[in-house]
Amino acid sequence: MREITFSEATLEAMAEEMERDERVFVMGEDIARQGGIFGQFKGLPARFGTDRVKDTPISETAIVGAGVGAALAGMRPVVDMHFADFIGVAMDEVFNQMAKIRYMFGGQTTVPVVLRAPDGIIRSAAAQHSQCIEAWMLHIPGLKVVIPSNPADAKGLLKAAIRDDNPVIYFEHKALFAKKGPVPEGDHLTPIGKANVVKEGTDVTIISYSLTMAKALNAAEKLAEEGLKAEVIDLRTISPIDTETIYKSVQKTNRLVIVHEAVKTGGVGAEIASLVAEEMMDYLDAPIVRLGMKYVPIPFSPALESLVLPTVDDIVQSVKRIVG
Amino acid sequence: MKKISKEVVEHFYTTMVKIRLFEETINEHFLKGEIPGFVHLYIGEEAIATGVCANLRKTDYITSTHRGHGHTIAKGGQLKPMMAEIFGRKTGYCKGKGGSMHIADFSIGMLGANGVVGGGYNLAVGAGMASKLQGNDNVAVCFFGDGASNRGTFHEGLNMAAAFKLPVIFVNENNQWASTTPYRTTTSVENIADRAVGYGIPGVIVDGNDVFAVYEEAAKAIERARAGEGPTLLETKTYRIKGHFVGDPEQYRTKEEVERVFAATDPLKKFREKALAEGLLSAKEMQEIDGKIAQDIQESLEYALGSPYPGPEELFEDLYVKGVC
Repeated sequence: MREITFSEATLEAMAEEMERDERVFVMGEDIARQGGIFGQFKGLPARFGTDRVKDTPISETAIVGAGVGAALAGMRPVVDMHFADFIGVAMDEVFNQMAKIRYMFGGQTTVPVVLRAPDGIIRSAAAQHSQCIEAWMLHIPGLKVVIPSNPADAKGLLKAAIRDDNPVIYFEHKALFAKKGPVPEGDHLTPIGKANVVKEGTDVTIISYSLTMAKALNAAEKLAEEGLKAEVIDLRTISPIDTETIYKSVQKTNRLVIVHEAVKTGGVGAEIASLVAEEMMDYLDAPIVRLGMKYVPIPFSPALESLVLPTVDDIVQSVKRIVG
Repeated sequence: MKKISKEVVEHFYTTMVKIRLFEETINEHFLKGEIPGFVHLYIGEEAIATGVCANLRKTDYITSTHRGHGHTIAKGGQLKPMMAEIFGRKTGYCKGKGGSMHIADFSIGMLGANGVVGGGYNLAVGAGMASKLQGNDNVAVCFFGDGASNRGTFHEGLNMAAAFKLPVIFVNENNQWASTTPYRTTTSVENIADRAVGYGIPGVIVDGNDVFAVYEEAAKAIERARAGEGPTLLETKTYRIKGHFVGDPEQYRTKEEVERVFAATDPLKKFREKALAEGLLSAKEMQEIDGKIAQDIQESLEYALGSPYPGPEELFEDLYVKGVC
């Protein structure tokens, strides 16, 4: 299969969906003239015009709010947040409007909006341009939340998100944009709500997603060298969580490690650990381990920034401790 | 002033009476403890929604506020599902999941009352954006209060609508009170419309208690929007006759003040006086309308009170659209 970058995969998804459905349009800061700060919109304006690929003022509440309003008026907007951190500026539009409109109005309408949110640590962008905030979104009934870890899912999940009639937050790690991988051509859809068992194993389940999947897989390789067979699951969708796949794996391996880049406290790992503790306690042979970012704003200096994230070795050591 | 047809004049009166009686009925039943939650009444502001919406088509959009019953009625909403919704019944517009602050009727472009002050601007901007992308001439009207004019969303919404020349009309209902605070003590300008200059759009002030004047000024703004010339900020001056919510002890003002102002500003009283003086509608015609509306309101009340509450099986209904993708 041909290999393209994560960024190119999202671009292909956008172009295919805009071609397929004229109600799809995209707006955000610096996306038309500049092509997106990561080049992820390059070429779209030439193909679809600057009405459907629209540069907006630096007005996050207006961008997200207008996305919701346009959806209510029959469009299928994709809204680019520039940086996931800026969702904070438009939080009322996300959690009081977008997430609640369908339910609060008794199912009279749908809200097919996709919020694209580049997240994660890259090149010392510091505290306000580096965060992973998916757990915040998981806490809001009415939203779907997806988070690809590779180019194929980047395309498949974006296309699925655009076709979904529910509001979807699409997190895309900034350090993934340049990564290459095989991507199917044409109509490739990744189902929302389905995790992916990337590597099968019997000794421990390691759940991760997004950029941190690479660390999880790397740790699994190292563990294999020591004779430990880790099952590695790429969550892909944060909301709704694919509990079926998780429970099935835990029933098999009896041990669970969850690792993500977002702050450990109150993170997605905490939710998964709680679910497994509630439903699968009888199958557990060891305490659940959560690994995540340390409980601090992300510091600027590389000397400090490099200390906040869980490492491959952290994962390996955690597994060894609970397999013991 | 252009000639207004008798049909439109009747529509003005019918709609304003409908709103007034609806609100009085809600007030009565809320005070009896029959309505859950909070209700915010539109009494005294009827001329605004009525005059603006009389210019709109079914395919045009409005966004509303927590004080939204009048907007829904004026846009063509049905009394029965409105009343049922306010009583929390299954037959309500939102199946009992929204209540007074969250009434919507998407079939007539009523994109929802909003519990967040200033939450409607950008929804209207988006609806206007959709009209432009779809190549039709539908407009979006955003109703908002004087208090809401101090939200940041006001700035972002007006700037974006103006920058993109979107067909949006921002209708400020300046009822002098931001909840319990006189707007002038927390607002930088005397007239909300003065802020239009910051966006390079027309800012127009009109007597919000005069349905004819509101109708006429709104018509200009709406025509301008339909013609692709962009948004207008239309400030309608009025006064909030009731408390912020039903049950508000109103310690921040005197009864005398309210009575004195209302005697001079009551939009229904003003309408009746003008209609009689200018021979637009006779006393008999107005009485007939009063009787008909009273009957419709009574029927909607009986419908609501006779409707079941939603069952537990409906708790998770409509949270997500199922079976997509």
